[in-house]
Amino acid sequence: MSVEQQTTPVRVRSIGTHLDRVDGVAKVTGRAPYAVEHGEADGVVDPLHLWLVQSTVAKGVVVDVDTESARDHPGVIAVLDHASAPRLAESDDGELAILQEPTVHFRGQIVALVLAETSEAAREGAALVNVSYDVEPHEAELREDNASYRPDSVNPDMETDTEEGDVDAAIAAADIVVEQTYRTAYEHNNPLEPHATVAWWDEEDGREILSMFDSSQGVHGVAQTLAPMLGLEVDQVRVRAPYVGGGFGSKGEAHAHVMATALAARTVRGRPVKLAVTRQQMFALTGYRTATISHVRLGAGADGRLAAIEHRVQEQSSALKEYAEQTASPTRMMYAAPHRRTSHRLALLDVAVPSWMRAPGEMPGMFAHEVAMDELAVECGLDPIELRIRNEPELDPETKKPFNNRRLLDCFRRGAERFGWSSRPAHARATQDGDWWVGTGVASATYPAMRMPGNAARVRSLGAGRYAVAIGSVDIGTGARTVLTQIAADALGVEPGAIDLAIADTRLPPASVAGGSSGTSSWGSAVVAAAQRFRADHGEHPDPGVETTASAADDPQADELAFHSFGSVFAEARVHRWTGEIRVPRLLGVYSVGRVINPTTARSQFIGGLVMGLSAGLFEESYRDARFGHMVTQDLASYHVASHADVLDIDAEWLEESDEVFTPMGSRGIGEIGIVGTAAAVANATYHATGMRVRSIPITPDRFLES
Amino acid sequence: MDETIRLTVDGAERTVEVDTRTTLLDALRERLEVTAPKKGCDHGQCGSCTVLLNGRRHLTCLALAVAHDGAEITTADGLAGGGPSADRLHPVQQAFLDHDGYQCGYCTPGQVCSAVGVLDEVKNGHPSHVTADLEGDPDLTDDEIRERMSGNLCRCGAYPGILAAVRQAAGA
Ligand code: FES
Ligand code: FES
Repeated sequence: MSVEQQTTPVRVRSIGTHLDRVDGVAKVTGRAPYAVEHGEADGVVDPLHLWLVQSTVAKGVVVDVDTESARDHPGVIAVLDHASAPRLAESDDGELAILQEPTVHFRGQIVALVLAETSEAAREGAALVNVSYDVEPHEAELREDNASYRPDSVNPDMETDTEEGDVDAAIAAADIVVEQTYRTAYEHNNPLEPHATVAWWDEEDGREILSMFDSSQGVHGVAQTLAPMLGLEVDQVRVRAPYVGGGFGSKGEAHAHVMATALAARTVRGRPVKLAVTRQQMFALTGYRTATISHVRLGAGADGRLAAIEHRVQEQSSALKEYAEQTASPTRMMYAAPHRRTSHRLALLDVAVPSWMRAPGEMPGMFAHEVAMDELAVECGLDPIELRIRNEPELDPETKKPFNNRRLLDCFRRGAERFGWSSRPAHARATQDGDWWVGTGVASATYPAMRMPGNAARVRSLGAGRYAVAIGSVDIGTGARTVLTQIAADALGVEPGAIDLAIADTRLPPASVAGGSSGTSSWGSAVVAAAQRFRADHGEHPDPGVETTASAADDPQADELAFHSFGSVFAEARVHRWTGEIRVPRLLGVYSVGRVINPTTARSQFIGGLVMGLSAGLFEESYRDARFGHMVTQDLASYHVASHADVLDIDAEWLEESDEVFTPMGSRGIGEIGIVGTAAAVANATYHATGMRVRSIPITPDRFLES
Repeated sequence: MDETIRLTVDGAERTVEVDTRTTLLDALRERLEVTAPKKGCDHGQCGSCTVLLNGRRHLTCLALAVAHDGAEITTADGLAGGGPSADRLHPVQQAFLDHDGYQCGYCTPGQVCSAVGVLDEVKNGHPSHVTADLEGDPDLTDDEIRERMSGNLCRCGAYPGILAAVRQAAGA
């Protein structure tokens, strides 16, 4: 039984200090088991291997699946297709309802499964399955003039459009207008551990049980999604994810391969089935960030004060399943302006299903908005930081609520001091060092603070001052295992070493997804609630075995305030005058995020976000060949992510503060803000270096060779 | 077609039956349950499968197992002494802990093996793409470390920590 507990701020002792990652030794020795690495000790005995067969056309109908030569291949056990795969109880979710019908919705869709004794046989078997199609014409290109529609809401459940005042009149009356189109590329999350699942079906007390190890950002979410589709109660699906090799949003929800593994395992009851999705398959099956086209208009007085902000977004989703990236959402709250308008329009294409990628909405949206702000600063002859000072809102422009602790300008002041901003030449193309143009740029960062419902934690006394603390949350590399240990220790008033923490199992109290920078806030608050309730019920000297499960009530003040984190990003760029090569020797982020729980893991999170932002700014682009409907960049040789040699002096710091209205720990969440604004800061720095404005990412060398 | 090969893995003699199509990485991971080497791409593009093969760093996803009968393999697990109870970390591993040179940990065993290989290559005077003087002994500057470690991608972006870790281990 779980009770709801009103929490009080935690007295911090371990929180705010360094603690080595509690799973560090397991990781540096390679002993930490990731999804398909579980063996006999964890119940994975004599597994079969699964391989996916994917459609080679973008739209049409499967007319025949010739499985004969595949089945003849030594080691192959079975081939499943839309006619032979187990039926699902529910099939509303088109992405997950695989092999229920012969229709092909996108190139790369799962059209058959091969089960074999070894991975080599499964892979060969998959190559031998011969699928024929009735091909239909498809549309796979995002253009400014696609047929598009207005979705009912944008991710996760925001207004599609917003409007205030009279934007057109304000723009017409403005002294200075910036009107430009900004583009961001298709991007794939590409966590280093490819998505992977092992699943087996057996019985427990006369009920069917589906057990899985899944590389997932939220085990409870996977069980809740799969159970009704498989005709099961949620507690008949057990999902564990003790170690996850990154996710960045792509493991936030179950994708089709998880269902594929569950279905295949159902046909070989009792025997585990392993599926390791290949890097190439990830480009069709495990989500991606849509490309975006942002039309931005800013109208300002000669002093740079904004009268109007307009951000209209054109983007795409899959005709199979709608996902609407909330690209204009940060534009709604970032700067003051009496007249404002945002909108999102979607083209539904015959393509793979897009999904969350680190800071969905904020990342592409702030690229557009923050490059536009840089252009406005240039037009007004203002320093870009001064421009932001002049447009600082008093209340949240979107909700008209006071911000809880908006310290954007403090982030700029601190960053400017550390980066040496005051010596920056006012004009672009002012500094040359040998064959390199050199410049600097800034951008703002922001991310909403979110606490998810549906979390509970359990505290149990183990005697001798030790406590078992349990919550089903997942550590995808964020350091959750470590910071939850610290939070539990402080909430109980004991040393971190006295805490035995259990996570990442649906048999533990429920936890929301490791996403939206909400994990530590949501789970940590539940841990504090359980600890405080435990102390209230059982005192300081509890008998061994007594336990309490509780969830955290929201702070009643929380409704009155707008909670966002803020940051400033400073970049130096060097652009080679003959080759256009771009190097970023310095990148600095300064953040206001509430209290930082563990400075070591937090720094790694911020830096990881900055690196991914740099990578988006300079390298990352999934290139879709619209003629065939698939991504032609589908491995790590053609889809470039930042490598070690690309990353020079990158650092992050944060302001000392605490947000105890938001969480009893005083923290607000840090996972995504590092990627927000970073590509814009780099773009603005390349403008300052060269005087050439690039309005789309990735910023490739050829952009500087055009004129 | 199956073949039986012998490998020494982290000091232990192992005999394993492999398909002639089996990579060294799959022989380790799927047939011997040696999962310290990770599979990030299976195409030689990420470095997560790096081990020390006969003393040198090597991508096991690009090696066919049958071609390595008799090979001696050290994984990140073996660098720490091997076996579940061993906790004597290699100085490179300790340095990764000290500088938080990882987040999710999936690239980490490969990074660790690669770093051990790099330190050895530098000691033996091997130049890299950024070494100015191909005749002299290379200095392990930050640029040298970045260049030499660039075969190991870290999507978590832990490069600054990895750099600091390799620097520390080089001085150790
Ligand atoms: S798995 Fe071998 S290099 Fe990526
Ligand atoms: S630690 Fe996650 S990929 Fe390097």
